[in-house]
Amino acid sequence: MTTSTLAAADTAPMIRLRGVSKWYGDFQVLKKIDFEVARGERVVICGPSGSGKSTLIRCINRLEDHRDGEILVNGVTLDHSMRSVAAVRQDVGMVFQQFNLFPHLTVLQNLMIAPMKIKGVSKDEAEATAREYLLRVRIGEQAHKYPGELSGGQQQRVAIARALCMKPTAMLFDEPTSALDPEMIKEVLDVIVELAGQGMTMVCVTHEMAFARTVADRILFMDKGEIVEEAPPEAFFTNPRNERTKAFLGQILHR
Amino acid sequence: MDIFLENFFNIDSLIQIYPLLVQGLELTLLLAIVTLPLAVLCGLLIAILYSFHIRWLNILLLIYVDVLRSFPVIVLLVLIFYGLPFLGLKLGSFAAVVMAITVNNSGYYGEILRAGVESVPKGQREAAHALGFGPIRTVVYIILPQAIRNVLAPLASNSLELVKTTSIAALVALPELLRSARVAQEQTYNPTPLTAAALIFFVLLWPFARWVAKLERRTMIVR
Amino acid sequence: MDKIVENYFNLQVMVEAFPTVLGGFGLTVLVSILVIILGIGVGLGFAVLHCMNSRALSAAIVVYVDLFRTLPQLVVIIFVYFGLPYAGLALSPFATTVVALALVLSAFATEIFHSAIRAVPRGQWEASEALGFTYFRALFLIVLPQAIRLAIPLLTNRAIAISKGTALGTAVALPETLGQAQSVMAIVANPSPLTLAAAFYLTFFIPLVIASRWVERKFSPRSR
Repeated sequence: MTTSTLAAADTAPMIRLRGVSKWYGDFQVLKKIDFEVARGERVVICGPSGSGKSTLIRCINRLEDHRDGEILVNGVTLDHSMRSVAAVRQDVGMVFQQFNLFPHLTVLQNLMIAPMKIKGVSKDEAEATAREYLLRVRIGEQAHKYPGELSGGQQQRVAIARALCMKPTAMLFDEPTSALDPEMIKEVLDVIVELAGQGMTMVCVTHEMAFARTVADRILFMDKGEIVEEAPPEAFFTNPRNERTKAFLGQILHR
Repeated sequence: MDIFLENFFNIDSLIQIYPLLVQGLELTLLLAIVTLPLAVLCGLLIAILYSFHIRWLNILLLIYVDVLRSFPVIVLLVLIFYGLPFLGLKLGSFAAVVMAITVNNSGYYGEILRAGVESVPKGQREAAHALGFGPIRTVVYIILPQAIRNVLAPLASNSLELVKTTSIAALVALPELLRSARVAQEQTYNPTPLTAAALIFFVLLWPFARWVAKLERRTMIVR
Repeated sequence: MDKIVENYFNLQVMVEAFPTVLGGFGLTVLVSILVIILGIGVGLGFAVLHCMNSRALSAAIVVYVDLFRTLPQLVVIIFVYFGLPYAGLALSPFATTVVALALVLSAFATEIFHSAIRAVPRGQWEASEALGFTYFRALFLIVLPQAIRLAIPLLTNRAIAISKGTALGTAVALPETLGQAQSVMAIVANPSPLTLAAAFYLTFFIPLVIASRWVERKFSPRSR
């Protein structure tokens, strides 16, 4: 990233969606979504399954392409050009529900491959960065194991470190704890909370409401492809305005 | 028993035809060394093209692969060696054999590697994309290494079959091991050269065959 | 373009060659079917014998399997046809092709069935024993049916591959599809009979290849 884009981006929002729509066949998954994330802001998206929340954040790094509307990420407009997609993907890290670590590479190699092959970082530098982030996610001692030898919680922490090694300016989390056994959820959330504390811009799709309350600046509730409600955590939990939000919170908080 | 030994393991005959067998072995090895990488490369190309998921292209590739899988390699060889000259394209027997085996096996390798590519979960591609890998790098660094690992057994098995297939060169009078043995047998009126050729093939390929069997056993483990 | 049509798709030549090549095709199908029945039957038998805990028997089977799995099909055919007469065993081209290819397929089939039997989880044996099955009954009623299911994908592919070896019968003057096409080609000095032969092989093997794709998907032990 050059300094001029940085300066321009400082005032502009980190992520901005305007009128974004998307269809799967005849089914409209996203209906004219308007949505902004400021630099350093932490946004949690929740909602029932099939509400379009995962699709929404997957549009932000174009794992899914949108049909109508405009997506702007750190000053780059996402369109069909390979350049814009490549620029955005280098700039935005993503963590998946299923971890998606590369099983043929060791933990350390998982962390090093993208910086080396995409950014052209030297091997030594990539390894130094990788080890630093492994320590930060508290699995420094597992560097030479293969993903298959780790627990789910450990794998997800490696996945977070892998994304961080690209030095992203924003992070997307797509239900990072949904595939984990209950006893492993906390170790992953702790890492994300810590990251939030360091000022990382993040968008997180999750059902972990206690986590949302501590970490989010703003919570979005999506249903049927629309953003139904948008509020700071306190207001969101204590005083939801929309009926659908109330119903959802009623279900999820009193399980 | 004596008659058996005299016929099938006749030392005199063996000494007499020894140089012929060595020549034949050299040609067999040369055929294998030339054909194997060529066929793997063609198959790899097919699998890589397939992995871009372009609909019409994939249909074409599937047809290519299935048609080739349906052709006995010897039919291909006869078409190339005896059929092409009618078009004015006359290949030497070595070139014809290399071409027949390469084309035939490009289908097999293509199919195997394609299955390998498909065995890699979709999330791997997404994770690579999310990290900024472009389509080609994703295939080279993320998809292919996993794909090859997942289909190592059929890959190895097919390579063994390819080396064995080089013996069809005998049918277009290319003096590889089998052909040389046949010639020697007719010169000496004794089947010892055939026994010797079979033994050489066996000794050459047996360790590889064991390894392939071991790999194939592993694919059957129930999970 | 005219040259291609005239040489490779010459209708007149094809019509002329059709009965001969068709006759050859009949032989191809017959040999293939015999090879598959014999090869898989013998393979299954040997695999069961291999499980009988007889060291001598198992050792003999291993030697047999390794030998015919390793040797090229054509080498086996040539050896049977040109070598065995010296031992007083002269086989016709037809018998040679069937026997040689069945030997090869049976070796692969033995290996595949045996691996499959061993791949059936131990718990299946234990459960059968706990229910009072004898060793033989457990093998035939419980383990073998599961093993055969496991063996099917590899076996199908191998059976198709070896059936295609029937074309190698030309090497010992077996008048099957390819051989017949070649002899007509020599007479009319036009390779269209080869195209015809190729078409026959396609009609026979394409359905099998497509079926094998389906079988592989259906019986794959690691369905992801």
